[in-house]
Amino acid sequence: MNIFFSLNGNNVEVDVPVRTTLADCLRHGLFKTGTHVACEHGVCGACTVIVDGDAVRSCLMLAVQAEGCEVTTVEGLTPEVGLSALQSAFHKHHALQCGFCTPGFLTTAHALLTDEPNASKDRIREVLSGNLCRCTGYINIIEAVYEARTAYAKFGQ
Amino acid sequence: MTARDKFVGAYTRRVEDQRLLTGKARFVDDIHLDGMLHAVIVRSMVPHGRIKSIDVSQARVMPGVHAVFTGEDVARMCSGIVPTLPLRLSPIPEHVPFQQTVVATDKVRYVGEPLAIVIADSSALAEDAAELVYADIEALPVVSDWRISARNEVLLFESLGTNEPVTYTAQKGDAKSVFGPYVRRECFSIQRHSAVTMETRGLVASWDTVAQKMIVYGVAKVPFSTRRTLAALMDIPVESIDMIEVDVGGGFGVRGEFYPEDFLLPFSSRQLGRPIKWVEDRLENLLGSNHSRQMECELEIVCELNGRILALRGEVHIDSGAYMRSSGAVPPRNVAQFMSGPYDIENIHIESTAHLTNKGPIGTYRGPGRFEADFFRERIIEIAARELGIDPIAFRRMNLVRSEQMPYPLATLDKPHKAEDLDSGDYQITLDRCLTEFKWNDKLPLQGKLIDGVYHGISLACFIEGGGGGIRENARIEIEDDGQVTVYVGSSNIGQGVVTVLTQIAADALELPMQSVRVCHGSTIYLKEGSGSFHSRSTALGGSAVLLAAGALKDKIREAAAAHFQCAVSDVHIGRNLHITCGEQSLSAADLGRMKLQAEHQFSSHHHTYAYGAAAAHVTVDPGTGKVELIDYFGVEDIGRIINPLTAKGQSMGAVVQGLGGVFLEHMAYDEDGQFLAGTLADYLMPTANDFPQIRVMELENSPSPHNPLGAKGCGEGGIVPVGGVLANALASALESLNVQPNSLPLSPARVWSLIHE
Repeated sequence: MNIFFSLNGNNVEVDVPVRTTLADCLRHGLFKTGTHVACEHGVCGACTVIVDGDAVRSCLMLAVQAEGCEVTTVEGLTPEVGLSALQSAFHKHHALQCGFCTPGFLTTAHALLTDEPNASKDRIREVLSGNLCRCTGYINIIEAVYEARTAYAKFGQ
Repeated sequence: MTARDKFVGAYTRRVEDQRLLTGKARFVDDIHLDGMLHAVIVRSMVPHGRIKSIDVSQARVMPGVHAVFTGEDVARMCSGIVPTLPLRLSPIPEHVPFQQTVVATDKVRYVGEPLAIVIADSSALAEDAAELVYADIEALPVVSDWRISARNEVLLFESLGTNEPVTYTAQKGDAKSVFGPYVRRECFSIQRHSAVTMETRGLVASWDTVAQKMIVYGVAKVPFSTRRTLAALMDIPVESIDMIEVDVGGGFGVRGEFYPEDFLLPFSSRQLGRPIKWVEDRLENLLGSNHSRQMECELEIVCELNGRILALRGEVHIDSGAYMRSSGAVPPRNVAQFMSGPYDIENIHIESTAHLTNKGPIGTYRGPGRFEADFFRERIIEIAARELGIDPIAFRRMNLVRSEQMPYPLATLDKPHKAEDLDSGDYQITLDRCLTEFKWNDKLPLQGKLIDGVYHGISLACFIEGGGGGIRENARIEIEDDGQVTVYVGSSNIGQGVVTVLTQIAADALELPMQSVRVCHGSTIYLKEGSGSFHSRSTALGGSAVLLAAGALKDKIREAAAAHFQCAVSDVHIGRNLHITCGEQSLSAADLGRMKLQAEHQFSSHHHTYAYGAAAAHVTVDPGTGKVELIDYFGVEDIGRIINPLTAKGQSMGAVVQGLGGVFLEHMAYDEDGQFLAGTLADYLMPTANDFPQIRVMELENSPSPHNPLGAKGCGEGGIVPVGGVLANALASALESLNVQPNSLPLSPARVWSLIHE
């Protein structure tokens, strides 16, 4: 089935079997492999992308459901040069080790801070508790997201 | 070079991060090759049974399916014999008959055991076809735990007459004949759990029919060992295989060992002459990647009334699952050898027996045998201290190995017979530092108190971490035409940040900025030989190899420059940025590059490193729900020379939380019929961001290892080692008034509630 949607600001058209998940469509149909699949049942959050502003598990969404939507992946959060404020904060705070879960944390945190640039540490922890990381123990991730809030406050106002 | 310019020892942000943060990393499932097919493994749903037949006829004719191979097919194509997976670590002849075949032949012995491989145009089609494979398996009685296994009434390998591949004995002095005024025996157990990396395992194998060459992407941990094994199993020359290491989504000991798929994928690719990809789904990952930790221990401690330990003796029974896999010997051997941990104990006798059961095979998982030994030992120490009326801290302090006793002999293992020494350190210092940083004395008044409906408990445990194993590592450094330096090293990146650490070491040794150094690691194309990343070795051994290669390179630079300048070697000065001078004459790094200068060095050490430390925890327990809350956790470890405090701390912090998962949440549960009950991440619970927010860790470098030129000790595993013991003891302290003895993990709310109320 042919579908059209916006991916990271560009219109894309892709032909996928109807049963294809959005995650597989992005990764294997459009070769945007920054989005990672780790459980395929919506528990771990590694595949999180932003669909029309919401953090969505792309393993639980069919590609055909993205018809006409605005989809943002980690590639879309990345500036042409260097790192975004959120990515820089992850780098500074050593908030990643193997990096496999990281794109899901970045998209989830981006969606959160876009809506709630003043999120408290508890709120950040609560929202990110839907994403699993096996390497870091999370504390550095929370610090990174907390520090990145300032960048979102500026953009939001 | 000024101190400011030194990278070793400085908080240094990772060079790995940029790609990982921007979606530009390349993990194995990101690989797309022309003409690539996709594989799915058909797995047994029967835990123990005899294979009567496997009907693949419908699957084979499904459109889009290229092949289905069963054990019969593999046997036919491998001179009649289905290969088995060899032991990589601590192999002894006793293990060999219990090894797993690369695909089931006559029997299945655990749920998830490979029965066939299906190769199709897409993974979805391969999954559809896998549904059409019908295995007729005659179910046999199930061996569901080690006690049933030990009866040897139902045998996993009938022809061998036993379910016990091996018993190890760790011995020192004459523990069996020691008598003392205080003797205490207790039983402990730990549930089956394991690493569960975020990225599941996966491989892309590509056989070039014309060149007769195999390329395998997705190897991890030990690519050179995997290559040797594959070459032997496929009966092709080692040189005809390239193992390419791509990004790896977590290792923790489990990923990168040689599994059935590490044969089945290359084998299938060779049969079909096409590249084939396989990526494990989460159910397969939970079923089939190495399990670990499941043990029962009966431990006896003999003490003087003042608390001095006279002897430690006991038995450990390991639920090893269905086969002896590549690293399956390590948990049983380690739990015996490291039972005494950091303590000075004259008389030790520990027997540990591996028992086969109809469950997924075990292997190494971060701190293998050590996490378990620490739980057993720290529990019985706590029990003894309290029963003798001695402060548990004073009890530990009295019994710690003293710095003047170094090198200090551990109990000697019998198979293979090998003495082992703790290398260096002052264990009192980390104990004291832990007490201070944890604010032990401030918290002590809370001990056992019921405040606002919850009981408070604090505890402390001491530990050692073994590192630096694997004997040798190789590194080669080349100067490129543009003056950049490329470091090729056998160490592999499993997410631990080894690229940054090795870059720091090379940059310091050659007085270069980090940006001038590129580290290429892991893949077999870079070096003739390498060892990889396990046993917390990649910095201690890989880093030392890089350091020595840099020294060798400088010697070559001096010789080459002396020849070029026609001066004495001793007159050549190597400056920063590889600016070479001799009097008025000079050469740039690019000049050296054009001279094709390079140097290779192997570092080897037969001695292990022993980092050490202490950890303390403060918990509250809700007697109404059994819920344990971690209020504060502090861990300190002396890891010898610290290369990068940032990544060292990251290793420690992550390991603590992973350990807490094992203590409270994670359980690879089976029912008594051998069916797996934890097949999703909704069943296998791992820590999330709001479970354990209060963790503090600290790394010290007071005691460099004498066994390598860096003085580094491993630090990837220490954080996890004390977690079971310290948390169980904190719980026991909290509930001392109720006489609760938490001797089994996990400390789930249900178990804790039962301990309180039953």
